[in-house]
This record gives sequence, structure tokens and C-alpha cells, in this order.
Amino acid sequence: MKIALMGQPNSGKSTIFNHVAGYKAVTSNFPGKTVEYTLTKFKIFGQVIELVDLPGTYSLTSFDLAELEARKYLLNGNVDVVINVVDASLLSRSLELTLQLLELKLPMVICLNMIDEAERKGIRINVEKLSKIFGVPVVPVIAVKGKGIKELFSTAYKMGRKKKITKILNFSKDVEEVIEKLSAQIKEKQISKEFNVPERFLAIKYLENDHYFMENFKSRDKKIFKEINDFQNLLKEVHGRPSDVVISSERHHLSMNIYESVVSLTKPHISLIDYLDNTLMHPILGYISLGLIFYLFFNLIFGVGKIVEEPLLDYFYKLIPLLGKSIDSGTLLFSIMSGIIQGLAGGIAIVLPYLFPFLFGLAILEDLGYLPRIAFLLDAFLHKIGLHGKAIIPFILGYGCTVPAIMATRILESKRDRFIASVLTTMIPCAARMTIIFALVAFYISPQAALAIYILNIIVIIISGKILSRLLPEITPGMILEIPAYHIPSIKVVLAKTWLRMKEFIFVAWPLLIVGSTILSLLQYYKADMLINNLFSPLTSLLGLPFVVGTTLIFGILRKELSMLMLIQAIGTSNVAAVMSTTQIMTFTIFIIFYVPCVATIAVLWKEIGSKRTLFAVAFTFVLAVILATITRFVY
Amino acid sequence: MTITLDSIGENQKVKVVSVTGGWGIRQRLGCLGIHPGDIITIKRSAIMRGPILISVHGNQVALGRGVAGKIIVEVE
Repeated sequence: MKIALMGQPNSGKSTIFNHVAGYKAVTSNFPGKTVEYTLTKFKIFGQVIELVDLPGTYSLTSFDLAELEARKYLLNGNVDVVINVVDASLLSRSLELTLQLLELKLPMVICLNMIDEAERKGIRINVEKLSKIFGVPVVPVIAVKGKGIKELFSTAYKMGRKKKITKILNFSKDVEEVIEKLSAQIKEKQISKEFNVPERFLAIKYLENDHYFMENFKSRDKKIFKEINDFQNLLKEVHGRPSDVVISSERHHLSMNIYESVVSLTKPHISLIDYLDNTLMHPILGYISLGLIFYLFFNLIFGVGKIVEEPLLDYFYKLIPLLGKSIDSGTLLFSIMSGIIQGLAGGIAIVLPYLFPFLFGLAILEDLGYLPRIAFLLDAFLHKIGLHGKAIIPFILGYGCTVPAIMATRILESKRDRFIASVLTTMIPCAARMTIIFALVAFYISPQAALAIYILNIIVIIISGKILSRLLPEITPGMILEIPAYHIPSIKVVLAKTWLRMKEFIFVAWPLLIVGSTILSLLQYYKADMLINNLFSPLTSLLGLPFVVGTTLIFGILRKELSMLMLIQAIGTSNVAAVMSTTQIMTFTIFIIFYVPCVATIAVLWKEIGSKRTLFAVAFTFVLAVILATITRFVY
Repeated sequence: MTITLDSIGENQKVKVVSVTGGWGIRQRLGCLGIHPGDIITIKRSAIMRGPILISVHGNQVALGRGVAGKIIVEVE
């Protein structure tokens, strides 16, 4: 049996999903974080259930790629039961999607999530009455606390067994007449079969002028297209509004009526967290807080990282001379062993100390609900680079990892915005590059120098954004973004999310690090690194970097942090400052930050923006890196 | 008196008259509970012609200036 979680953005689908799957889908407090569906399998009553977590969608008319994916899956995914996850504290609005889901005539359960939050807001819901009106079971749930989840799935399972199809709630009489006539036409011409949807659903979508369903006709059958147009005009004439507005108003009124009949309002409880916006979204204090929060965040990462890095590094580099005592240092075995030790050391001593505090802090900001507030504060600035406020969300996620950040550009509506945001996202120093900035620049030069790199990086991104938006002069559609209520982050969820993201490093990057260091050891043993270094010598001499750095640059394309660890190995000491001047460290770091995105990023870019634009991004960032690093060499 | 939403000051309550602009924007605003006849409270207005923050049906929504300029409202 296949069960799908469907609901509006930020209604808690992924949180419910994680209860049965373990922490597999990333949850955060901002609308639109799930851009791809995730599957899991579990057992209930001895039967295997396949559960799918779909991206949130406000309606079944789709506007961005994530919403489109949800709808597509629902229409052709052979779903047996739909769990409509509803944020109970936003009941009236959420019911509009519920009404549309009914039209699909699938077995359904309504999951009334966040009932505690609703009660805090003074909304008390009569669950039985709601269930009676819709003719489907309604299960109250508090997903973050795991309350009601068991009952939810056993109810869904029973619905799936019964295959009970939902009833439909009607609009006003004259609108229903038009829908009926159009449905009859659709039935006669057997159009709905090819979309695999009920006639009535399709009729309503046509009256709503849904672009996806309309496009399919325009080119093929002009006659039906004209008929649909006539029906649209009929509604328009009677109501004096475009037919899509007529339908959406009908749905709105219907759900408002249901809302009023099932809800009794009480006095809301106001807590301290409700006053947070008085500071965080204030026209002046908001920006001061933003700067302060990121400054503190920066110091936290450096503070924690430095304390841990120093003793760990010392420890590991005592190991290699020890190794030399038992194995002859001229042998191949010694080369391989020391390569492995250096790879291990790089992971434990250099990367993890900075990665953990960073990911932990990011998870707290995400779960609190701060990201949409940043989008609000920075909307005006992002317009200056041809984007709008929502683009800040992929940018901030980019400080974690570029791959999910590029996926997150799907929340942007226009193709052009997605392209610009994707290219700019590749330039944001991800956690891998962050460890380079902290472990090299902050550690050997000064924390101020590291901060300066971040500021320089932002300036370069702004300038690049200006250039790209000049090349593609199209007006951004403008921001429409829900600002969700704050939630106090749960320590358990924050840790689970941090772990999920660290796993990527531990299981993918780290083995690669160890393999990389071993390969480098072998290259050095057979003197093959000279060949590569010679090949790169025009670049390294232009940037004024040591000759041996050449080889490390190749590794950086695999994973950015490899470059630094290979650097330490290539120059043959963990004390970088003994071999490289501060200018060289700075030049090296600037080059690594900007040049060619890593392999994983290139792959996701290829998928999201196409091959040509990916090649453009690669070339663009490479040229930029050479220019910036050359300037650094002579200026710093 | 009808006026566009972007020219309303903070802490005012208004009623939506209509949404100008195309199908896409009408639909997207509708999804967030902004239809003709709905009551909106303007909660904040960002500096430098930044977005405005509104409250509608107990929910907060940020709207860019350009978007707000397409919503025709009536001051109660």
C-alpha cells in the first residue's frame, strides 16, 4: 500500500515522515524546504507500507517546480491513500487544498497537525464535525511530539483497505451548472483519461485556466480549446470577474464557512516569543540583530573549532614519526600508511571541529524560523542584483552545502531567477570551504582576516549578481512569502539534522579524503606529482604559490576541503605558516573558494539548469577565481 | 477610497477590492488567503522600498513592493 503525505508548505509533512523513517527528510521552519519527494517503507498490521513525503503545495495549481513535482506524483504515482496534513493553526486557508484533494476521489485522511499551536492561538476545532462535513476521518496530531502519529497511520491503513472514495462538496448553484456541463463535454471526448484524473477535477482546472492542462490542448485540438474558453467567459460574464477568480473565491467561501462552523475562538495565549519580531523585523534593530547574530555565529565556530583543532593536530602529527620508527620511511608501505593517517587526521582534527558547530548553529536558526525573516529584511537589497527576498534561502543554505542549496532554488518562480541564484550559490563558501577559511586563514593569520574573506565574498557575489542580471534583464516576479510563527527548536531534532548533514561528510567526503591522501602519497613516491605540478606551473607561478600546490588543486574539484588537506601533505608539514607566507595562504584560499564548483555541485547544476549554463558557471567562476587570486597576490 | 496596498502605512486595516496583474499572481495570492473581500492588516513596512508584512486570516505574509502595488484595497 502506498500512502502519500500531501499538504501546504510548512504544515509538518516531513516531521511526520521522520517519525516512521528516522531522521531522513530535512525539516525546517520555512515554507518550501522540501523540493523533492522522499520514500520510506514501514510495517503496520504486518503489511508493508510505502510512505512518500511530497513537497508542500498551496493548491493543486502549481507555480514552482517543487509544487509541480508534488502534483505530478499524486496524479500518476498510484497512491492508495492521501494523508492531507493540515496546520490546524491555519485551518481556514489550509482547507482550500483539502477541497481540491477531495476532487481527486482518492481515499483520504485529514491529519490535523499542530493542534497545540492552534489552541495557543485560541482556535478550538470540533474534530467530529469536521470529519462529518468532509466525510473522511480526521486525526488530531502533534507531530513534533509524536502524538497521534500511530493513530494516523492505522486510520490511513484502514481507509486504504476499504478503498473508500471521498465525497465532493459543492460550490454555488450557477457555478456547479457550468462545471457539470463542462464535465459532460470532457467525459464525451474522453479527455480526462489521458491525464488519469476525474472529469470534474479537470473541468475545474480548465475553469481555473490552469496552464499545465491548458497547454496540452492549445496545439492539438482548437475546437475543444474554444469550448473551454466559452465556458470560462460564461462564468466571467455572470460574476464580473475572470473565471479563475470565481472558482478561487468559491473555494475560499466554502472553506471559510466550514471553518466558522467547526471552530470556536477563545482568548489566545501570548508568549514572549511573539514579541521577538518587534526586534528581529524592526526597520533598524532588525538589521543590527542580523549583523550581530552572524557575527556571534562566526565567533562561535572559530572559538569551538580552534580549541579542538590544536590539540588534535598535535596528537596526529606525533603519530607519523612514531610510524617511522617501525617502518622504514623510504618504503612504499610508509608512504601509504602516512597517507592514510593524514587523511584520518584531516577529517577528525581539521574538518569536524568547525563543521559541527556550524551545522548545529544553522539548524537552530532554521528551526526557529529566522530564515524567512532574513528574506524579508534583505528583499530590497536582493532586488538590486535582480532577484527577490526568497533567493536568500538558497544562499544561506549554501553556507552549509552547495548541493541542497541549488536544489532549493526551485522555490524561485522564474527560470532566470533560478539560473542567477544557482550561479551565485556556487560562489558561497560552503562548509567545506569554511573549514579552509577557518583552519588556514583564521588559524594561521587572524580571525579578522577570515571575516574579511567572508565580506569580500559577499561583495564579489553582489557584483557578479549585478553583471548576471544585466546580461539577463528580466524583471523578477516579486516576493510572496509566508512568514511562519517562531518555533522553539527541539534539541533532539536539531541534533538529528546536524547528524544527517554530517553523515554526508563522514561517509562520502572522509573516505575520499583518505583515498586522496593515499593517492597523493603514491604520486609522490613515484614522483608523478612533478608532472602534474609542471602542468599547473603557469597557474601557480601567476598566483605566486609554491610549485607543489599544483596537484592539490585537482583534488579540490572532487571535494573542496581535499585541497587544504592535500596542501598540508604536499608541503610536508602541518605547520603551513612555516612554508607559506600569509600572502600565499590568502591567495590560495581565495582561489579555492571561487574556482570551479566541486563535482557534486556540477552534477546538480547540470540537472537543474542544463549543460550549457553549467559550463558557463564553471568558466565564469574559474576566470573570477584567477582574477581575484592574482589581485590578492599583489595587494594583500 | 481605493488605493494600492503598497501606499498604506503600518498598523492599518484594509479590505481587498481586487488584484490587478496576471493569472499567476492572482492565484498565488489566493493561495495565501488574499482574495477580493478579505481583510488585511499591515504590520510592517521595510526600509528602502523593501517588502511589507501583512496579517491575513491569522497568518503573516511578506509581499514585495511590486506585488503589493498590484493589490487594490479600500481603507475601512
